[in-house]
Amino acid sequence: MATSAKVGTNFTGVQMSPQDTKSLLEAVEEILPDVPGDAKAIKLERVARNEDADRIGSVPVPGSAKGMLKTAFDMVRGKSPEILIDKLGERLAFERSGVRLYEAMIAKAKALEGTESDLVQVLKHIRDEEFEHMNLVRAAIETLGADPTAMTPCADVAGVKALGVLQVLTDPRTNVAQGMGALLTIELEDNAAWELLIELAEAGGHPGIAESFQKAKEQEDDHLIKIKTLIRRDLIVQIK
Amino acid sequence: METISGILDNKGTPLEKQTFTWKEMAGKPISKLDDDAFTRIRIILMNGVETDALRLKHGIARFNKELRLPLADIRRVEQHQATMINWLIGADHSPLETTVAYEQVAIEVTAAVAQNEPDPYQAQTYRFGLLEDFDHLYRYSAMLDRLEGKDANNILQGYTDIVPGRKTSEHHRHPENDIRDNYEKSSAALITKIHAALITGAEYQTHDYYQTIGPLFADPLARQLYAEIASVEEQHVTQYGSLSDPSESYIEKWLVHEATEVYMYASCAEQETNPRIKAIWERFLDYELGHLNIACEWFKRIEGRDPAEILAGPLPKMVEFKSQREFVRQVLAAEVNLRSSGTQYVDKSQEPQSSLDYRARLNSEGIASNIVSAGYQWAPGGELMGKNF
Repeated sequence: MATSAKVGTNFTGVQMSPQDTKSLLEAVEEILPDVPGDAKAIKLERVARNEDADRIGSVPVPGSAKGMLKTAFDMVRGKSPEILIDKLGERLAFERSGVRLYEAMIAKAKALEGTESDLVQVLKHIRDEEFEHMNLVRAAIETLGADPTAMTPCADVAGVKALGVLQVLTDPRTNVAQGMGALLTIELEDNAAWELLIELAEAGGHPGIAESFQKAKEQEDDHLIKIKTLIRRDLIVQIK
Repeated sequence: METISGILDNKGTPLEKQTFTWKEMAGKPISKLDDDAFTRIRIILMNGVETDALRLKHGIARFNKELRLPLADIRRVEQHQATMINWLIGADHSPLETTVAYEQVAIEVTAAVAQNEPDPYQAQTYRFGLLEDFDHLYRYSAMLDRLEGKDANNILQGYTDIVPGRKTSEHHRHPENDIRDNYEKSSAALITKIHAALITGAEYQTHDYYQTIGPLFADPLARQLYAEIASVEEQHVTQYGSLSDPSESYIEKWLVHEATEVYMYASCAEQETNPRIKAIWERFLDYELGHLNIACEWFKRIEGRDPAEILAGPLPKMVEFKSQREFVRQVLAAEVNLRSSGTQYVDKSQEPQSSLDYRARLNSEGIASNIVSAGYQWAPGGELMGKNF
């Protein structure tokens, strides 16, 4: 069972193999790079590829007649409803993944801290609220006549971002502190994202949606405090 | 073990007792941090051997109805062996870190084989390919550092040098210069046949791995680097694949492959430092003895020959799993400027126009292996740790 960090035979650093490192450094001194330049070469190529790239994908056209009218209307008025739909799609994807991420962390916490531990209770509470938030965003997307089942470009990118966190949380070898650290990444972003989404909804002329998101933002503030506090307490107890 | 035929008295584990559960196949991985790099080298190598066993047997089954069921029976076990081995690699290895480990396998194992190989031409071929995989390691190490901000030496653990070899941008040859002469089945030593099967299988696996993971990268240069080096690995499969005698019957090749598996599991079991992994090598050595005995029975039945014709004779010491730094440096100093002309090795100045033209076209719109490694000099902890800003 994975617990806190322990001293062991970690072979990765140079201090574990001083003779080999000496030999390796001799080779590095003797056999020099055969291509002139430095890491800037990569940057230049990346600039060129960014200029040349296609986009990841598009925001789907709203399918319902009501949605079509609304979109067309907002477009005519110089607004870009697709930006809001894209960000709403991102939030929905993020909250839906969030439920799964918390489920993975709950399994870890049950194994390492006990089924009835405070940690498990807090994690369950947050998971349930992430689920509520997912449904809240779904309702908002539907009021715009858009399709909550579509994967928008920002939703797709959110999924790519979450992959690392998912790997950390589902790896049975990671401990509670490592899992909570991964969740902190999620909560820090989530908090800022709700704040931005409320502003975007207001700017896009959807005060009702903005209003409905206020409670979620307050709950996300609470999540962030809870996660930070749990991490701090756990590690300070261990380090003292 | 001195001869393969000497151990044929040992029938190994009967096929019907070579069983698995899903849970043990997807068992606990090794530690990227705490296990010795050579444990990972053995794991990657033996996955390559097992997947090549599957590949060969599927090939045979395409041409022989009678053998379809017996081959399928063994393949099912080999599929599960390969799974149990490959799943030992932990998920904290990024695909690029695993790539660095693959190149370490190619370098350390090919270097060991080159020194053990009695046929001078075959040994030359291993040294030729060695310098190319050695260079791939340098280019991928630069990519790992400059893409993920990681030190390749965390994977290599000091065993393998991170410096340029024969430049990757010059590996791209016309196919006519990738074919090699083969050993003669009647006169070649068993170990020569085993080496050819082993290194071909290992390179095949590397090729397939790069083909699979190349598109997983977002970075256009990483994608291009994998495209470039996967192409070289295809050349290597062509090269090493042509070392074996095409006039060997398919059952003869099957026999050699099973002998390779026995020899390699014995080598792994002898030198493994992780007791849990050692137990796997020992278990699979017994499985392979079972497979070899079945192959021998079919060889007798179909060809009416004694398997000892193939398997007799002394076998040199086990493949040595240790740093081959000194040997690699000697080869690098002496042979970095070798190129191939048809099946022969020549100086760089005599490289055929067909390869130069082929390469010029491929390289004409930029070369990822050059771009990612421009000025790259390894330092402990990575390039950034060796610099002052």
